[in-house]
Amino acid sequence: MGLPADGSAPIVIAVRDLAKRFGEVRAVDGVTFSVARGELFGFLGPNGAGKTTTMNMLIGLARPGSGSIEIGGIDCTRDPKPVQHLMGIVPDESNLYPELTGFGNLCFCGALYGMGRRDREARARELLALFGLAEAGERKLGGYSKGMKRRLTIAAGIIHAPPILFLDEPTTGIDVASARQIRQLIADLSAQGTTVFLTTHYIEEAERLCRRIAFIVRGRIVRIDTVANLLDRVRDRYIMEFALSAPGAGLCEAVTARFPHLRCYAAAGNRIRVESAEPVRVGPVLRLVEESGGEVLEARRITPSLEEVFVEITGIESEAMRHEKERNGRGGGE
Amino acid sequence: MRSGIPLWAILAKDLRAYYLKPPNISWGLLFPLLWAGMFFIRSGSGMESIPELLPGVIAVSILFGTTSLLSVTVTFEKKGRSFERLLLAPIRLELLMLAKTAGAILFGIANALLPMAIAAFVADLSGIRWGILAAAIVLIAVASTFLGLFIAVSVSEVFEAQTFSNFFRFPMLFLCGLFFPISVLPLWLRPVSYALPLTYGADLLHEAVQGTGVLPLPLDFGVLLVFCALLFGISLLGVRRRWIT
Repeated sequence: MGLPADGSAPIVIAVRDLAKRFGEVRAVDGVTFSVARGELFGFLGPNGAGKTTTMNMLIGLARPGSGSIEIGGIDCTRDPKPVQHLMGIVPDESNLYPELTGFGNLCFCGALYGMGRRDREARARELLALFGLAEAGERKLGGYSKGMKRRLTIAAGIIHAPPILFLDEPTTGIDVASARQIRQLIADLSAQGTTVFLTTHYIEEAERLCRRIAFIVRGRIVRIDTVANLLDRVRDRYIMEFALSAPGAGLCEAVTARFPHLRCYAAAGNRIRVESAEPVRVGPVLRLVEESGGEVLEARRITPSLEEVFVEITGIESEAMRHEKERNGRGGGE
Repeated sequence: MRSGIPLWAILAKDLRAYYLKPPNISWGLLFPLLWAGMFFIRSGSGMESIPELLPGVIAVSILFGTTSLLSVTVTFEKKGRSFERLLLAPIRLELLMLAKTAGAILFGIANALLPMAIAAFVADLSGIRWGILAAAIVLIAVASTFLGLFIAVSVSEVFEAQTFSNFFRFPMLFLCGLFFPISVLPLWLRPVSYALPLTYGADLLHEAVQGTGVLPLPLDFGVLLVFCALLFGISLLGVRRRWIT
């Protein structure tokens, strides 16, 4: 094991100056971070930022161009095989076998990690029950819903009770109830001591689950810190959100020109957000919107969250990131 | 970790999921029988021509039973990303690919046994040199399977796997000396024949069944072994370069 980052727990994932190019494109560019044992570490960034490429290098599906990776104290930069038994891997899409049943898939995955027949069958039944799939266990995966496939893919990732779990966009594209259940399962696994490396583009998911977060943009980590420290940056901010009747093109520029102490940016739908270190006076902003020919349908105060930190640090609108991701349909492909 | 467990699991899963499926069994049974019937009728001879036809039917059965099935199943799994699961398992790539190809090798051998079983009922096979025949069948099955693996690593789509398989199989079938002696081929085509693994397998089959092989046995076995090693090595290299980017 490596040295503890903060003296509390040994480092189980240590990445130094990791880089990867695809032709002229620097997909990952000098990424350095470490994850302590038992930590739930979030890797947050927009589509194409390099999250999946970084994860693929960690798990052995991609070769690093340069830099080093140490997992469980073993240098696996060139050869990940000696540490793959420590890892549970949940990709962004199901990679299970449609021709096998849910139970058959879990047993097969257990066998890949050397589990004996009795052990893997018992564990498969336990996981099917835990993930609410006991009744569907004998059905072929091809007949499962997206949420069921996602749950089974996570179950397959932890069939051998790995000490380190890699999760790539675990809740993308599934219904709210399944997503909530999966988040609870991730939190439970972390509470039981599993180290979790989570890539996501859902900022609220990362905020809710992770202890520390790395923001990655265009292949580079722009900030790593605990969620608490990151939120400290915005705790004293005042944010007002204005819902407009039509897209407010150029409105933010007008707001910041008239009120230089305000920061203005577009949010989801026809919304703008106005941010200040002091309470925002709504009246002057409303008048400016009306002068510009716009109409405000609703104004409300927003409690500062990690989303504001993300926007401030990366300059990327979180909603734009979410919509881009969902439009692209699938989570990875970076 | 007990490495036998994952290897057996991969083999058993492939046998159940692919090779023992009714369409594949019927393909494995029907295809060689149709070929045998076609050549039997074409020859116009009686049952005494069966030993003459046997090497060709055995080779066709193995070649067609292994190459496309393996290349299609591996491409299918690669496309559906389930092959990633195997690559991420703590199993050495060499062992993983051997487990992945073992099902096709067994399927190819089983395909070869069927025409032999039928021939045993209708013809006198007492002259067969069984040791050479068994070794030839196993080696042809291994070489054909590894050719299928090479094809799987070279393509991205399932239909490409089928097309690419035929690109190799049909020329090989007619140039390997099974149905026409290499000596009757135009001079410029003969080097192509000697660059094909099945040429050496066919020579072994001719020698085992009728004693009419033309090349020394050590050369046949040696060249086939080299082809097996080369195809497997190149395929592993392809997996490392193309699938672990």
